Amino acid sequence: MAKSKPRVKAPKKAAKGDIVTIKTLISHKMETGLRKDKKTGEIIPRRIINKFVAQFNGKDIFSVDIDPSISANPYFQFKMRAEESGEFAFIWTDDNGEVHTKKSKLKVS
Amino acid sequence: MKSLNRREALVFSAVTGGLLLMTPTGAFANAGDAMKTMEEFTGGKPVGDSKLIALEMPEIAENGNTVPLAISVESPMTPDSYVKRVIIISEGNPRPEVATFNFSPLSGVAEASTRMRLAKTQNVIAIAELSDGSLHMAKRQVKVTIGGCGG
Repeated sequence: MAKSKPRVKAPKKAAKGDIVTIKTLISHKMETGLRKDKKTGEIIPRRIINKFVAQFNGKDIFSVDIDPSISANPYFQFKMRAEESGEFAFIWTDDNGEVHTKKSKLKVS
Repeated sequence: MKSLNRREALVFSAVTGGLLLMTPTGAFANAGDAMKTMEEFTGGKPVGDSKLIALEMPEIAENGNTVPLAISVESPMTPDSYVKRVIIISEGNPRPEVATFNFSPLSGVAEASTRMRLAKTQNVIAIAELSDGSLHMAKRQVKVTIGGCGG
């Protein structure tokens, strides 16, 4: 499978108290474990991103426990109240143990 | 067709009985499985439809591989009163669990969106659990033209 590539759209600046919107997407096939290989008839093993966590300054702001019903290239949009400057960390965990991380800074004035 | 003697009848019933037992309850989750998942989430507490939670999905999805879904729950989102988590349950996919969104007071507003697979026309359920333990449910029916769980 092609290497998973995370993408994030988060604001760089915000006024204190603002609600900011964050959009995230990671390229991933999200193999359900229910499909069969058309040639061999064997079941293709499950491999999905099973957890997504968004943190700000080390604290969890939003997370998702993911099951195979989430579409390929899982996309999540969510919000945060901007209270202080700091750094976002976005963490995706693959069934095979791989972890993908992306960071982004936010300046609050 | 000749009538079965006792021995044949026994074998016959054993075989069909066994077959019935072995047949999975359907490759697709039914409303019963969805109920079970709901009960696991709610701990058996009753949950009613609520205006506090909104589940937005298209009425008709042409492609079941990727159907947009948005949830929003009315809440002040302060450390004293916030939305803890929202579970999404499907009544017609192979597995009823879709995803669980975990919020925190830092979220500011309890709103999230994603895209999900729908194997066929079905109901999708969202249940929110608030920090005070109350439960709120919303349900939407989505008609699917092309199912999205592969063959």
